[in-house]
Amino acid sequence: MTGTAESSNQPVIVLQDLVKFFGRFAALRGISQSFVRGNLYVVVGDNGAGKSTLLRVVAGLMEPSQGSVTLLGSSKVRDVAHRIGYMGHAPLLYDELNGMENLRYFAGLYGIADDAVCRAAMQQVGLDPELERRVGQYSQGMRQRLSLARAVLHDPELMLLDEPFSNVDVRSARDMAAILGRVRDQGKTIFVVTHQAPLMEPVADEFVQMAAGQIVAREARNRNAESALISQRGSQ
Amino acid sequence: MSSLNVTSRTLLKDLRMEWRSKDAINSMLFFSLLVVVIFSFAFNPNAEESRRIAGGLIWVAFLFAAVVALNQTWARELRNQVLDAYRVSPAPPNALFLAKVLGNFLFVIILEALMAPLFVVFYQLRSIGPVWQLVVIALLGTWALVVNGTFFAALSIRTRSREIMLPLILFPISIPALLAMVDATTMVLTGDGTPDFWLKMLLVYDVVFTLVCLLLFETVLNAE
Repeated sequence: MTGTAESSNQPVIVLQDLVKFFGRFAALRGISQSFVRGNLYVVVGDNGAGKSTLLRVVAGLMEPSQGSVTLLGSSKVRDVAHRIGYMGHAPLLYDELNGMENLRYFAGLYGIADDAVCRAAMQQVGLDPELERRVGQYSQGMRQRLSLARAVLHDPELMLLDEPFSNVDVRSARDMAAILGRVRDQGKTIFVVTHQAPLMEPVADEFVQMAAGQIVAREARNRNAESALISQRGSQ
Repeated sequence: MSSLNVTSRTLLKDLRMEWRSKDAINSMLFFSLLVVVIFSFAFNPNAEESRRIAGGLIWVAFLFAAVVALNQTWARELRNQVLDAYRVSPAPPNALFLAKVLGNFLFVIILEALMAPLFVVFYQLRSIGPVWQLVVIALLGTWALVVNGTFFAALSIRTRSREIMLPLILFPISIPALLAMVDATTMVLTGDGTPDFWLKMLLVYDVVFTLVCLLLFETVLNAE
């Protein structure tokens, strides 16, 4: 993994007074928080709380109206893009290509030409690399798994996942949660936005509660002992 | 990571997807065929008249047909929001743009190659000037159409009625190139003068607009 020399409690994401407006509506209202390396964060909240907007701003897909995002020590997301994996609400895959063809193409965007990497990524999420079927004919669960494979393909240090379990059956969702747990155990930082928080209970390190465009609570989970409330309303 | 590598991978991916779906090429062929047949029956021109009107007719047919392919270009990237996967990657934005331009250029050139014999047959076309000049006009003219078309199609992908927006933006800005293409083609077909001026104008148009599009594409790609 890149950056192993960096301290484990060094913030991977630092949000400074983050505000995002859509017209006159403020989707994010002055978020100032930081998130450390090697943890699996689960972002929860009602619809319209600003979870997906926060993730898209952090991923660099949206510019904040005010404030700043520092990712892996850089204020320019593009400079650290090769160290970030993003899985959107939509699968971000070409329906007309099969699984391996999709992964080969996306691997190429990260300068990876080795087929073995794509095969390993597919196997990691429980898909058969030999499957000739086009993604358009995949079940929703298979699409989500392949989408996860695409996000982990380049071995990113930070993974941003938006609703990875939407339209996925409970068993597949549990499998995916377990995969995320294993990826976190390799020292990666994972940020998951989901409405299905109970699925993440066994693997989450911290639950981040959002409401009305703000982070209103952060609840740390000690996976080996009891839970502890570490941070609270408003700013850090 | 090399831009050339990303461009070639994206181009191959697009060609593979087009080969499987044949969305763009089928619609372009059907549209062009319709124009050739309908105008041929409507005007029933003799060889001399054909030479005078063919320049305009051919390029209008190809321009409208190209718009079909240009709209398809980005529609593929919007399905399943695949464009976001490209935007979060470290791949250079211009590599994506160049791949799309090259892909569209190939589609339109293939269309022109397939339609040229039909124009010859239906309009009894015999060029009086050198035919190689027609090839140069086709290459420069097609590049002019697709480079702007690909850029403006990208510009309009986030608008609600993008199929209507593209021609509205593209056609006015293509007028200088269209004039050059039509006049140069007519000159070669009729043998009435040399198309040197129009060819130079097309070349300058291509260089200027390619550079401008390359400079602005990243802003367009990341616009909200």
